[in-house]
Amino acid sequence: MNLIGENISYKPDNEYHLNNISFNFKKGNLYTILGRTLSGKTTLLKTIAGLINPNSGSMHFEDKNFSEIPVWERNVAMVYQQFINYPHMNVYENIVFPLKQRKVSDEQIKKDVNEALNTVGLVGFENRKIQELSGGQQQRVALARSLAKKAKILLLDEPLVNLDYKLREQLREEFKRIFSEGFSQETILIYSTTDPQEVMELNGEVIVLDEGKILQKGPAKEIFENPLNLKVAEISNDPPMNIIKGLKVSTKINFDNISIGLPSHLNNLTDEAYNFGIRASEVKLDENGEEFEIELAEISGSETLLHLKKGDTKIIALIEEVMNFKIHEKIKINFNNNKFYAFDLNGNLVSSPYGAING
Amino acid sequence: MNKFYIILKYSFITLWTVFIVAPFLWAVSTSFKDFQSVNSKVTYIPWLDFEPTLEGWKVLIKSPARGGVDIVEPYFNSIFVTCTASLISIVLGTLAAYALSRFTFKVGFVRNNDITFFFISQRIMPPIVLSIPFFIFLSTIGLLDSLIGLVVVYIVLLMPIAVWIMVDFFNRVPKELDETALIDGCNPYQAFYKVVLPNSIPGLIVAGMFCIIFGWIDFFFAFILTFTEVQLLPVKVVALNSSITPWWSLSASALVSVAPLIIVAFVVERYLSKGNLSGALK
Repeated sequence: MNLIGENISYKPDNEYHLNNISFNFKKGNLYTILGRTLSGKTTLLKTIAGLINPNSGSMHFEDKNFSEIPVWERNVAMVYQQFINYPHMNVYENIVFPLKQRKVSDEQIKKDVNEALNTVGLVGFENRKIQELSGGQQQRVALARSLAKKAKILLLDEPLVNLDYKLREQLREEFKRIFSEGFSQETILIYSTTDPQEVMELNGEVIVLDEGKILQKGPAKEIFENPLNLKVAEISNDPPMNIIKGLKVSTKINFDNISIGLPSHLNNLTDEAYNFGIRASEVKLDENGEEFEIELAEISGSETLLHLKKGDTKIIALIEEVMNFKIHEKIKINFNNNKFYAFDLNGNLVSSPYGAING
Repeated sequence: MNKFYIILKYSFITLWTVFIVAPFLWAVSTSFKDFQSVNSKVTYIPWLDFEPTLEGWKVLIKSPARGGVDIVEPYFNSIFVTCTASLISIVLGTLAAYALSRFTFKVGFVRNNDITFFFISQRIMPPIVLSIPFFIFLSTIGLLDSLIGLVVVYIVLLMPIAVWIMVDFFNRVPKELDETALIDGCNPYQAFYKVVLPNSIPGLIVAGMFCIIFGWIDFFFAFILTFTEVQLLPVKVVALNSSITPWWSLSASALVSVAPLIIVAFVVERYLSKGNLSGALK
């Protein structure tokens, strides 16, 4: 009864947009696809919807060969990152449209539409024209249309990316509520995004996609704690994880011009060169720490992001308060040694502070 | 500065309006004159300056036997040919344009853009180049000097305009709109006429207007492809001109000739400002 994809590849020209993708999506679950722009997220969703025919691979859903079913009979719903609605219809007609296409009875339509309008908080907007709505409201209409359909597969392609900050926060909260409450056990929910924070908040099964390939699959916590390689670490952290090349020498880690004590979880590593990773949030201001020069200081919300430099070593620190710094000012920082990741020189995770893998 | 700009703007608009409207007013007044009032001295105001007469207008509906040039039949011929050809061109052109905008065609080295250009390149040639082929073509299939023959030729002339305008228009309708329609349970045909077409009305109107204008004002093909059986309005109007130029009936016929275009322009104008695609994609 699951949606099963096997070895799906899509190569419209010389580049793979999807490269040998396999998945097994279960009903009642939320899946998030995390990847940067052009990583193949939209292509994957469109393939599931049936808008793209992959060059190879197969897809099965409810024991049927999905690739043989045309888009309009697949019973999927999709919300685009652009706010796609039918401009010649009002809000109500927009939401009713897919139901009328499926010849749902009038009573059922009324019930479903009201339910959907309630869920997205657009009751009272039925007769508005789409052009009269704000971006956030337009996206809600698109979402309501997808919800009212009660599709078995609901695809959300970066639904928040074109909204401004405030609305994004607000809708994200609502998504969490909608997904957790009223979601039927009959639906597979697939949500794509570039934002690691969204992935963590939605807390579903994560698929990390890059250049059309699946890099890692697993629950959000697992991706956060044990990114399989440097690429995943980079994609799944914002600001990206600091990667510093260093040498492990008995009880020390020697970087270019810094030496720090070896955290206990890295004890088992052999003495050689590694890429050490540490999250920006694990870099702390410390009077007794190493001296770094500030290259750039950004304040975002209630946090301060510092781009620091010492010799050739560049790192980013996330300070959880608003502080004013001058550029080229010297500050002292320290690392939270217990949170160091170690990747080998090929980029694969060898040791994580959360201790799943130990090479 | 601002005031200066407003004054400049309105004086320009006034000037332009005079430039456009004055010839019309002149034609209207001339159409009510007779030989005497046109040729004696410059006159402007009816009843005061000259005695208005309906002679110029009456000539247009009198049969040739009674000294007139009956333009009623050519008038309806023109309406029939223009409307039929425009309608067929719009229908075929819109379908072709949708295909060219949404699907990828590869025939040897030919791609979508080449096909679109091929359509419009028909209009790049001077019409005289087409005259002999059209003449031979129509005479071969026996449609010379017939309304149907003219409709066929006009479709060839008008469809490229429709294709050109509609391709451009469809390219601006986001593809995601079609895709959403497909996902919402429309098959490709339903997606086209339930979603894409209703959002393309401004484009259809512009294309339709161009077709009607180009069809209506064509003189060249109407002149060489018809003889005695069928005549179109532009040809008939020119035939009015004999040894003495009848300015009064020429003015009257000019006015009735442009009347349909003016009506079309007024009707269409309000639709053009309405309906846009904002809201499909923000």
